[in-house]
Amino acid sequence: MSVFQDLFFDYTLRTVALGTAALGIVSGVLGTFAVLRRQSLLGDAISHAALPGIVLAFALTGSKATLVLVLGAAIAGWLGTLLVMLVVRSTRVPEDAALGIVLSVFFGVGLVLLTFVQRRPTASQAGLDRFLFGQAATLLERDVITIALLGALALGCVALFWKEFKLLSFDRDFAATLGFPVRVLDVLLTSALVLAIVIGLQTVGVVLMSAMVIAPAAAARQWTNSLTIMVLLAALFGAIAGVTGAVISATGSHIPTGPMIVLAATTVVALSFTLAPERGLVWAALRRRRQRHAVGAEAVLDDLYALARQHGAAVHGHEVGVLDALRGRSVVRRALAQLAEDELARSDEQGRWHITASGRAQVERDRTGGA
Amino acid sequence: MLSIALEIQLVAVVVAVACALPGVFLVLRRMSLMSDAISHTVLLGIVLAFFLTRNMASPLLMLGAAATGVLTVALVEALRRTGLVREDTSIGLVFPALFSIAVLLIARYAGNVHLDTDAVLLGEIAFAPFRRLEVGGIDLGPRTLYVMGGILVLELVVIVAFYKELKLSTFDPALAAALGFSPVLLHYAFMGLVSITAVGAFDAVGSILVVALMIAPPAAAYLLSDRLAVVLLLSAGLAAVAALGGFWIAWWVDASIAGCMAAAAGVIFMTALLFGRERGLLALAHRRRRQRVDFAQLMLTIHLLQHEGTAAAVPESRESHLGEHLRWTPEFARRVVRGAAREGWIERGADGVLRLTPRGRAAAVRTLGETSPGTNGGRMEWQEA
Repeated sequence: MSVFQDLFFDYTLRTVALGTAALGIVSGVLGTFAVLRRQSLLGDAISHAALPGIVLAFALTGSKATLVLVLGAAIAGWLGTLLVMLVVRSTRVPEDAALGIVLSVFFGVGLVLLTFVQRRPTASQAGLDRFLFGQAATLLERDVITIALLGALALGCVALFWKEFKLLSFDRDFAATLGFPVRVLDVLLTSALVLAIVIGLQTVGVVLMSAMVIAPAAAARQWTNSLTIMVLLAALFGAIAGVTGAVISATGSHIPTGPMIVLAATTVVALSFTLAPERGLVWAALRRRRQRHAVGAEAVLDDLYALARQHGAAVHGHEVGVLDALRGRSVVRRALAQLAEDELARSDEQGRWHITASGRAQVERDRTGGA
Repeated sequence: MLSIALEIQLVAVVVAVACALPGVFLVLRRMSLMSDAISHTVLLGIVLAFFLTRNMASPLLMLGAAATGVLTVALVEALRRTGLVREDTSIGLVFPALFSIAVLLIARYAGNVHLDTDAVLLGEIAFAPFRRLEVGGIDLGPRTLYVMGGILVLELVVIVAFYKELKLSTFDPALAAALGFSPVLLHYAFMGLVSITAVGAFDAVGSILVVALMIAPPAAAYLLSDRLAVVLLLSAGLAAVAALGGFWIAWWVDASIAGCMAAAAGVIFMTALLFGRERGLLALAHRRRRQRVDFAQLMLTIHLLQHEGTAAAVPESRESHLGEHLRWTPEFARRVVRGAAREGWIERGADGVLRLTPRGRAAAVRTLGETSPGTNGGRMEWQEA
């Protein structure tokens, strides 16, 4: 219980949890669009491409204020995204290769710049290092305010152009024929994504930020087919993952926050993939089993019908062994139980099985229906 | 004994070439980002193998890493097969999770061991000469050189021995399967090779820059040639150039060698992107402009032909009139007229009236004949009516 008390009364933990929750909400919402538009890995590229921007912003201003670094990150991430779009549009280089190049080359350039910055005697670069793996524990109140304000900007953009973004995500060509400026909307939505990513970098880190974009959205997708609900769910999942990760990492020593948040998000994904109704793997497996049983029952009923006709009698008892020989033991046992329950077949006192009148009617109905 | 600078360059070239060769197939199979995923998740294999052996130099580490690489591929594939998410999303779900586990394990249980996450991410090729391979007390050279050299030889053997199979399964997996090659087996064998390469390389250049060396030179080569064998050779060459160029830039400005190698690989890709002879952006823009002028010149001859011998021939056939009729800017009209004159299609009379030469008339008639079956003697029927 003390963790929950801390969550409300411990200043540091409360600040960190607020920050990671805000982050989870923003990246969950924007991630929804990224996942739906097949841009899942764009987030990975953006977060890596942001590094040179962060370093340059620091080198030019000498400031480690979150806003300054985030601005640099946003510009670099945005440039990287435009470069990917240019390469994909005008050459045959596949999109994933373009993403990989932007990701790694920008990052490499960032590293080179970092070596220069680190050499400057005036600058302790501790604030920059945290962008690699993230350090939620160092979140201050003003960082959280910056995150919240910039996040609100990104969310406001989504709210303002909700209808347009929805159309863009599901039917871009239709949006174009309706006269919407799809290029502009494309850039706008991507810019909001860039913003969502760069505000998370110092908390979750360059390497793991992409998971914050993908995981909540991928989990939310399993529960619903409605965009509105998916966005809300993704925001919720993002917030849960953020707070859970922050709290767990605060309870123990040597538990970095970024990886913990990612693992929390991954757990949500795993639960959603298995348990979500309709799409979840458990339900799908159950559905498949039910279907197999239904098909098995139908086949055994067919057998009973055929046997009865071969014997020239409407009702003729058969040993279970005969049916076993036709279909296999386990199928027959389950099918007979099912058929007995539905009163399509019954067994007599010698343990022989008969097709009932309603069973016969059903087979005949199915056959004429199928013909 | 080689000097340290020379040894670093040698290591850099071997690492770069060893990354570029499998990279060609990754780019062609649209699996480039699998290199990103693998180069991160191999960390988990290294950590787990380290917990088993408690020895950073154990060859088991490499084996464990390669195994996690293949596991990553299998997990991504399995997740995609559920149909719940698309492939890119499943990559983005799998590798951060495995990487997070690895980072957590290191932070929690191996914090004081020589297994530094920074070093894994960033690598430091400058240290390569200090890790020597010694057999019986005799110094044979940098260990990385032998490891990556061995991997490179293995790659060459695989590519030469299975060239036909790799090529076929890359460009037409369905046909490969129909002909009886097992694309799945080949796929996993190949991804195993990629994993081994990623492990061997990230020791030197770090897991993120492995991606630059695996993807950028092959993508650049892909912009320069259409033949697989040429793309392979070009990638190897460009990778070597990136390695040497990166080293010398780093030497010159005194910065991270691996970072400079990645930057050099990026510069090489940008150069191919801009200046590629066939597919470069400049060539593309130039071709588009040329096509526009070529088309306009033909338009001009047809325009002149339509009015030839009619009452309106004189006013219609002035350069100044083209802007009005064909919606050309004066500058563009001037360029088209000059181009057409150079082709010998038109002449400008002393009165400024443009006239077709016999060659120009032939060109116009030929074009009309090609494009519209309804033409009659070069004059369109609808205009006669």
